[in-house]
Amino acid sequence: MEKSKKTNGVVSGIIANLVMVKADGPVSQNEICYINLAGVKLMAEVIKVIGNIAYVQVFESTRGLKVGDTVEFEGHMLEVTLGPGILSKNYDGLQHDLDKMEGTFLRRGEYTEAINSSDEWDFKPLAKVGDEVIAGSWLGEVKESWINHKIMVPFKMEGTYRVKWLAEAGSYAASETMAVLEDANGREYPVTMVQTYPVKLAIKAYTEKPRPFRLMETGIRIIDTLNPIVEGGTGFIPGPFGSGKTVLQHALSRQADADLIIIAACGERANEVVEIFYEFPHLDDPRTGRKLMERTTIIANTSNMPVAAREASVYTAMTIGEYYRSMGLKVLLLADSTSRWAQALREMSNRMEELPGPDAFPMDLPAIISNFYARAGYVKLNNDATGSITFIGTVSPAGGNLKEPVTESTKKVARCFYALSQQRADSKRYPAVDPIDSYSKYLEYDEVKDYLSSHVSDEWINKVEEARNLLMRGKEANEQINILGDDGVPVDYHIRFWRSEVIDFIILQQDAFDKIDSSTPMKRQQYMLDLVLNICNTPLEFDSFDEVNPFFKRVINTLKQMNYSEFESEAFNNFEKELIATLKERKAA
Amino acid sequence: METIAFKKIYTKLTQITKATCTLQASGIGYDEMAEVNGRLAQVVKINGDNITLQIFSGTEGIPTNAEVTFLGRPPMLKVGEDLAGRFFNAYGQPIDGGPEVEGEEREIGGPSVNPVRRLQPSDLIPTGIAGIDLNNTLVTGQKIPFFADPDQPFNQVMAMVALRAKADKIILGGMGLTNDDYLYYKNVFDNAGALDRIISFVNTTENPPVERLLVPDMALTAAEYFAYDKKETVLVLLTDMTLYADALSIVSNRMDQIPSKDSMPGSLYSDLAKIYEKAVQFPDGGSITIIAVTTLSGGDITHAIPDNTGYITEGQLFLRRDSDIGKVIIDPFRSLSRLKQLVIGKQTRADHPQVMNAAVRLYADAANAKTKLENGFDLTAYDERTMQFARNYSQSLLAIDVNIDTTQMLDTAWNLFARYFSKAEVGIKQEFVDLYWPEEKK
Ligand SMILES: Nc1ncnc2c1ncn2[C@@H]1O[C@H](COP(=O)(O)OP(=O)(O)OP(=O)(O)O)[C@@H](O)[C@H]1O
Ligand SMILES: [Mg+2]
Repeated sequence: MEKSKKTNGVVSGIIANLVMVKADGPVSQNEICYINLAGVKLMAEVIKVIGNIAYVQVFESTRGLKVGDTVEFEGHMLEVTLGPGILSKNYDGLQHDLDKMEGTFLRRGEYTEAINSSDEWDFKPLAKVGDEVIAGSWLGEVKESWINHKIMVPFKMEGTYRVKWLAEAGSYAASETMAVLEDANGREYPVTMVQTYPVKLAIKAYTEKPRPFRLMETGIRIIDTLNPIVEGGTGFIPGPFGSGKTVLQHALSRQADADLIIIAACGERANEVVEIFYEFPHLDDPRTGRKLMERTTIIANTSNMPVAAREASVYTAMTIGEYYRSMGLKVLLLADSTSRWAQALREMSNRMEELPGPDAFPMDLPAIISNFYARAGYVKLNNDATGSITFIGTVSPAGGNLKEPVTESTKKVARCFYALSQQRADSKRYPAVDPIDSYSKYLEYDEVKDYLSSHVSDEWINKVEEARNLLMRGKEANEQINILGDDGVPVDYHIRFWRSEVIDFIILQQDAFDKIDSSTPMKRQQYMLDLVLNICNTPLEFDSFDEVNPFFKRVINTLKQMNYSEFESEAFNNFEKELIATLKERKAA
Repeated sequence: METIAFKKIYTKLTQITKATCTLQASGIGYDEMAEVNGRLAQVVKINGDNITLQIFSGTEGIPTNAEVTFLGRPPMLKVGEDLAGRFFNAYGQPIDGGPEVEGEEREIGGPSVNPVRRLQPSDLIPTGIAGIDLNNTLVTGQKIPFFADPDQPFNQVMAMVALRAKADKIILGGMGLTNDDYLYYKNVFDNAGALDRIISFVNTTENPPVERLLVPDMALTAAEYFAYDKKETVLVLLTDMTLYADALSIVSNRMDQIPSKDSMPGSLYSDLAKIYEKAVQFPDGGSITIIAVTTLSGGDITHAIPDNTGYITEGQLFLRRDSDIGKVIIDPFRSLSRLKQLVIGKQTRADHPQVMNAAVRLYADAANAKTKLENGFDLTAYDERTMQFARNYSQSLLAIDVNIDTTQMLDTAWNLFARYFSKAEVGIKQEFVDLYWPEEKK
């Protein structure tokens, strides 16, 4: 990859952040270059080459740039730096450490180090001298916060090597040589704790990618109970503005049962990232008791940050995720919003006057999205350990209309579909996930069914199916009532409708801002589903339809109080007793 | 930059289009300002020696031998305390007959705040309007537009909010403002004795539309000066952002760019986000809050301008005429303040979130009942009660002429609940019902 002599160039044209550069040597597609603007270096990426003119997209504002300004090509693609010290950092889309930047305002060309090479880490060898190793093999580990951070054979190294020397246990700086590897020809390669890797290439240090099967608990009932996601699974959340995409993703980032969370804030609001900065260092991870920030890394390329870096930000996040997956960890990757990334592609494609596809997006958008989602997944590593990246992206469809290129392309590749509905959001039925349109394809996987049967209960899948049917039937009944009028249908229709409302209010709806209701452990979800199904299966008697509504309102109200109470607390149990008493009033003989 | 002395004058345009002209020149920076026969222009494209300039006021009457000088700098604004109380055009030149402002020259449209240097917005902005304070509470550092049809009184509501908000400075960015509306703002601020805290950058319907593109950046550069340098709370009013976006589409169309939805440029989201994201809470007290107006056509929020705006801002305030009470209200369904949860129940009474949600839910039930009625069905007793509740709720809380404090708003809501509903129907957490349910009135 490395070229013997660096290629140089001069700026020959500028249209916003698309710059034409006349190069004096070879350049490659996606190569990184730096443009010198009055003493500041602006990072840019080659996106097209015609003759000796390289078209580069600059990751910064080009204000003040002139024809004749000089350019240096770096001989490599956009890369991330991988090593201990990534955890809990706040990066920009190109992995520059935001906390290290000076001043209140971002400055062009201020590129800070992603990892402090002088930081010391306690190293423990895992391999032995003489071992045969390949890219991704674990040579040793250091404690990064609470994680056993593996020091691996760099992913760029092809073929097989032998460990010639390995550092002893002890404290070392990240930049020190920890091992020397030798290839078949006796050539030696020093390895440090830090390596670099191009973001657009997937890290493939694994032997196979089996179908995922293990439920990833999120504490969100409409996901775990009705549309479960699995470790190594993919999902997406499309929805019009204000329907709750970000709130849902933040809930996932707080509650999901993952080792590591990587959040790519891609072209969205800065205040939403600030919320994480402020809250996560203080919030506890209920499973481990550690602070949430200790498992979270943020890649922030908010909407006012340079547009070209938006595209890079999701790849940066994915590559960091793949790095930690190779250590045998379960990673949850969240991107908000993948539509902004697609729009960044569109802006550039427009500027290059490419032939546009639907809605002026680039023609190859579906392929780009599909390749990206394909990088997630559950993998078996070379040493038989397993790791996973679960990826959930949001999509912001124009006008809230799901018939648009980003939603349609994503739907083809993501296995869980959490469609947020305007109507549910308007009536404050949060999370506004549409219970009828949404799905999890994982419920069709035999592996997943087996897992749920043995880890939740034998009957679980049937019960979930039953709840789904009741929702459908309730919806149909409601439509009939709306067409024929309250007294134009049998009382039974009203009962059917209100049963589905019980499921809606108690299982589907969940208050993301309530301390207790916001996160429901699986055991409690199971308890509540049983209880609700029980109510739905209790035969009831009413003399007329107008008795149905007040009765169920009371039932729902009591169940809601249960949702707000500590599980199995006195208050919780008392509300349940109250509920049973209420039910008795109408129980059919 | 200060060497204004011997500027080279070019006199040979090689190309003129509706919005741009092209000439040969060298050593020119991207985004640099120029004058073409005295008209202000900006570099939008450089291809070798060919420099393309966008002339803000249009190219009508520009000859091929027009005199072109480059100013060697991007658009700038002179900032200083003297800005207060002054009126400027889109270029930052005084239009009130007063002297030039003395102060430091700053580039407009400068860099954004590092997200890790922001503070989480945290101060409630009271407006007295229950449709805002109760249901859609505003917070300093927030950005939020009014979505309104052109015939609705958005300028009045905005002026009212601005005056009650107790900001240190109010900066008005007027884009395509009619002369009457411009004078309206001037009068209201004058009558309130607030002129010394107001700064206005105004492009009226009498000015060329493309000039509008400079207004938000001018207003926000002034805002950053007061909020960051002087640590003041600054409220920026931008009206009408739809006309701003229209100007964007005029430019991109004239420059032959491929339009995306609704003939808007594909970069509309980024263009608008750059403006709105200037809203910020600085750590040492200063803040910029942006309240904008986005006019709709026929209430259509799926149009690219309101749609992209909604994806950027922290909520929206929807104005609607409620024919039942004959007043303009803040529509509780489509309106939203996303930052409200940072303050409600914390800086206001603890029952605030639940009361707000319960009232809106019951209001939604009333809307369903109304649909039933319109479709010719009988109403249940419950339906009747929701409709009575809705009318009263609209009158005493949603209407824009309401002016009470948040605690009064909450008490009003509890009274309405108790008047029309049972506790179970309202469905609020027991602890609040115990505290606030007005028993005796039942
Ligand atoms: N689960 C929930 N519980 C309570 N309120 C919610 C919930 N989800 C969303 N909301 C409300 O809806 C508002 C908007 O949600 P959110 O910011 O997640 O929308 P979004 O879909 O990300 O919108 P955009 O596309 O504009 O970013 C929140 O500020 C909150 O008031
Ligand atoms: Mg969002």
